[in-house]
Amino acid sequence: MSSDTLAKVPAASGTPQPADAPRIVPQRRYGQWAAAVVVLALLGLAVNSVLRNRAFQWDVVADYFTSDSILRGLWLTLWLTAVVMVLGFALGTLLAAFRLSANPVLRAVGWGYVWLFRSIPILVQLLLWFNIGALYPQVLGVKTVDLLSPVAVAIVGLTLHEAAYAAEVVRGGILSVDRGQIEAAQALGLSPWRRWWRIVLPQAMRAIVPPAGNMLIGTLKGTSIVSVIAVNDLLFSAQLIYHRTYQVIPLLMVATLWYAVVTSLLGIGQYYVEKRYARGTETTR
Amino acid sequence: MSVMVDIRSVHKSFGSLEVLRGIDLQVRAGEVTVVLGPSGSGKSTLLRTINHLEKVDRGEISVDGALMGYRRAGDKLHELPEREVLRQRTRIGFVFQNFGLFPHLTVLENIVEAPVSALKRPRKAVEERAHRLLERVGLGDKAGAYPRQLSGGQQQRVAIARALALEPKLLLFDEPTSALDPELVGEVLDVIRDLAAQGTTMIVVTHEIAFAREVADTVVFMADGRIVEQGPPDEVLGAPREERTRGFLAKVL
Repeated sequence: MSSDTLAKVPAASGTPQPADAPRIVPQRRYGQWAAAVVVLALLGLAVNSVLRNRAFQWDVVADYFTSDSILRGLWLTLWLTAVVMVLGFALGTLLAAFRLSANPVLRAVGWGYVWLFRSIPILVQLLLWFNIGALYPQVLGVKTVDLLSPVAVAIVGLTLHEAAYAAEVVRGGILSVDRGQIEAAQALGLSPWRRWWRIVLPQAMRAIVPPAGNMLIGTLKGTSIVSVIAVNDLLFSAQLIYHRTYQVIPLLMVATLWYAVVTSLLGIGQYYVEKRYARGTETTR
Repeated sequence: MSVMVDIRSVHKSFGSLEVLRGIDLQVRAGEVTVVLGPSGSGKSTLLRTINHLEKVDRGEISVDGALMGYRRAGDKLHELPEREVLRQRTRIGFVFQNFGLFPHLTVLENIVEAPVSALKRPRKAVEERAHRLLERVGLGDKAGAYPRQLSGGQQQRVAIARALALEPKLLLFDEPTSALDPELVGEVLDVIRDLAAQGTTMIVVTHEIAFAREVADTVVFMADGRIVEQGPPDEVLGAPREERTRGFLAKVL
């Protein structure tokens, strides 16, 4: 919140006022002060209850926070997120190109993919891939069960899901670029590849980065769903420990805090990426 | 003098709307042709067919002896692959009404882009040339600026420098001053006038009648997708033969 919303007196202006000009008295904003006090009081009560509730067992949280199995789970969560994001956006960009293609068959296929994979809940999809052996017991003479480990199932399922959303994000970004830009590039004789990499994509990135940042954070936390197919991610590692020790809440706190830490770091990263793609947008002379 | 642009019975429709209804026009090398006409007369479309940004439905267009966008085989015209069309376009400079500068690239990067990536010229030589072109359009100190930091008139002058960087045989201007504030029109027309004085072959679609009178070798008046009359500015603007031309001039002057 900007500080001047609570300020009673506006900053003194540089221009000298004529002596007989009436003084301006800003409105007193008592309602704003009252709201601030009430909200701060409620916040204080909440923080107090968390810190003083022994059941959180913050000492147990501290013990496990950097334990080996938690860190191994965190590592899997991180690389799984990275792989899913990269593959998902690669496939999504291809699908966006399909949806924007002049070819009606490609357009229909792109639309159909997005429709299908946005329609299936990710949990259902993971369970389907996990049990794909029931549909196709063998692929090219290899047992499907051996081919698709739980981690492979997680990558395939999450990527296909991610790609449907990424396709729409990328498509929206491309549509946000002024049609005249492509025309200008064509008039200059730039090749299709060059038009795409040098002209369209960098401008589309401005519209792509914020929702992509959202998706990255969503995917990071969304990977916790793979715990249902026994993939050793951050959440599953915490669950393995509390199934043994019954310290449910402290271990969920460990996972929660790690998710929050990584999410915060990603938010900082997004700020710099956005700044990078905002080049040329400031209009000051 | 040799013919630079040869347009023969060109037709073009958008859906059921016939925008060009049989255009024949020759532009000689070194001459300035100014195309005038009311909105919707097809003048911008005609300009865009010349560098194949619009495909024609019928007729053919040659620039410097080369058929644009097609290859003749017997009595058929085969569409050229995009690569060939793009190469043809690098010989024609096109200046847009809305400048068409790339906002995420600096002025220098805008100018250098096409000669380096499309013509494979060495970057260093192109950059030196870009700086000279910027001097020429009066923007020698703006190489590092982004387009949005410039005024409309400055942006259009960069766009002209960018078109010139390809060393085109022909320059096409599509209402180059229509998007500008009135006080910025002059600086852009000055640059175009300067190019005309140096014998650059140009086709300029514009509403600036005074400019046409001063700079044009030939004035072409279009209405409803046809060329109503053409000739030296003294004749077409000074003593128009056609009623349509007289009516148009009476409205704009």
